[in-house]
Amino acid sequence: MDLQQKLKLYYQMLLIRDFEETAEELYMAGKVWGTFHLYVGEEAVAVGACAALQPEDYITSTHRGHGHCIAKGADVKKMMAELMGKKTGYCLGLGGSMHIADLEKGNLGATGIVGSAIPIAVGAALGCKLQKNGRVVLCFFGDGAANTGAFHEAVNMAAIFKLPVVFMCENNMYAMSFSVKKAFAIADIAERAQGYGIPGVVANGNDVLEVYEITKEAVERARKGEGPTLIEAKTYRFKGHSKSDKNVYRSKEEIKEWMRRDPILLFEKHLLEEEKVDPQKLQEIKQKAEKEIEEAVAFAEASEELSIEEARRLVYAE
Amino acid sequence: MPNRIITYAEALREAMREEMRNDASVFLIGEDIGIYGGAFGVTQGLIEEFGPERVIDTPISEVAIVGAAVGASLIGMRPVAEIMFFDFMTICSDQLVNQAAKIRFMFGGKARVPIVVRSPAGSGTGAAGHHSGSLESWFAHVPGLKVVAPATPYDAKGLLKSSIRDDNPVVFVEHKLLYRTKGPVPEEEYLVPIGKAEIKREGKDVSLIAYSIMTMRSLEAAEILAKEGIEAEVVDIRSLRPLDEETILQSVKKTNRAVVIYEPPRFGGFGAEVVSLITEKAFDYLDAPVERLGGEEMPPPYNPHLERELVPQVEDIVETVKRMLE
Repeated sequence: MDLQQKLKLYYQMLLIRDFEETAEELYMAGKVWGTFHLYVGEEAVAVGACAALQPEDYITSTHRGHGHCIAKGADVKKMMAELMGKKTGYCLGLGGSMHIADLEKGNLGATGIVGSAIPIAVGAALGCKLQKNGRVVLCFFGDGAANTGAFHEAVNMAAIFKLPVVFMCENNMYAMSFSVKKAFAIADIAERAQGYGIPGVVANGNDVLEVYEITKEAVERARKGEGPTLIEAKTYRFKGHSKSDKNVYRSKEEIKEWMRRDPILLFEKHLLEEEKVDPQKLQEIKQKAEKEIEEAVAFAEASEELSIEEARRLVYAE
Repeated sequence: MPNRIITYAEALREAMREEMRNDASVFLIGEDIGIYGGAFGVTQGLIEEFGPERVIDTPISEVAIVGAAVGASLIGMRPVAEIMFFDFMTICSDQLVNQAAKIRFMFGGKARVPIVVRSPAGSGTGAAGHHSGSLESWFAHVPGLKVVAPATPYDAKGLLKSSIRDDNPVVFVEHKLLYRTKGPVPEEEYLVPIGKAEIKREGKDVSLIAYSIMTMRSLEAAEILAKEGIEAEVVDIRSLRPLDEETILQSVKKTNRAVVIYEPPRFGGFGAEVVSLITEKAFDYLDAPVERLGGEEMPPPYNPHLERELVPQVEDIVETVKRMLE
């Protein structure tokens, strides 16, 4: 990967971090409501994985989906508007944080039902195979989803049909409060792949370049018609499960320990030490991301809301 | 001694605590119900008293949660399963609808499935399409299931205790917006029977027939109407199935007018069942067509203003009654 591309990944990671931190502030200020699930700490997974895709490839996302959305090229203005429930949002303010889709960019949507997008990703991959379009589907899901029935049925089906799908399990160590140590009787979720006869690979989910390399290989395999791969990206969510989480199930020490492995700091270190990038250059990229988020907030705040009459017309296709 | 005032969530917790103390076969199973205390804090503190063997935290596996409850109940246990959001009931519907509800009948009445499946329902928290569902009409349609939906802390506690002691599968509907509401709950033991409606407010001009949060909105509407000289009677259905036909019919025969108020989409919903009951058995008493106030026929929208318009509000009830009485 050349430096230009690396700097783009760095920018995307910052954009996600800024988006999330700003969304949290807006929530505190009462401008974003409901609940949402912050991706802070997991940026390397979405950014590294999506970098291995072509623009026309597809992704499916989760309830913690802002990062996937941004990494697949979404417009943060429309995302912020969605979080504020505005008509200019990706889903006209009807979906909110948990249900953002960006079909033009190949993001087939986020879901609030854990595990439910895995069969949908498999269906999209089946469609790609039938359409012979050469596209690949990258399916994001969490460690919690790996224990749903939907996971088992869908992964098996993708394996037997050799579908062009990459299963990206973001193991952030907790399904809400339930630790992966208690949720699995195996060491690595990637081991599950054996049971379906597909490759299973563990990635350091806080290392954007490692996620990129491993995903790239899986995407190439899928594109060649060799079938799915299960990747387990080990990472950590710095924040609680959602806005109502008091974090009683994990220690401050554990959170601090993982914050030392902040994927953005790790990547910065790589850029400064290995690539000898001028610190001033990184500063400029940071400012650019901040500015883009500021503009997104201004855009969202200035936007209108949908009327109930307009909403009614959207229940059925005409 | 005056009654204590506690929240709906505390009342539910007390019901589970008392039944677990009284009966070793009662246990809890669900996602994040242990140290986290449940997504809405209902099971807080129970793991400390009863330990992880009786307050069982599970992976995200709704089919297995309800299936495990069914299996355990077949060999004499009384599980209380928590499904984190009512929308997630669709995932475990096979175990609930095809297994729990049918087992007793299909096995010639020889098996019992004494499970309770508790779940937070309803809109109003901005959680959008996947976390705001009101699917109670669906489950009321299934022979073999009982469906209850209490409105007050008193009923929540009494009905949950009755549900745990019941030998049938019970779907226990808890509205999210009710968890923090408060009301009197006696210290001493009591039960609220399943299958009994209650007149929550006496009146003579119109019957407002509702359950869960719509009972509370109907009571508010009745207060407003009273200031204008209209006396509304509020009938709290409490149990959708079995349904207390008698209390509903007696109220309508007294007031001669009825509005049925419920949160799920109006079309094909539970309200139609109540309207049908009234027209079949109290038609001659009616001075006006029975009105139905149900939810909009759309998935719950995220935008707060649209979400509010989704379901009947106090002002909708007031307007409907005034129009009927014009």
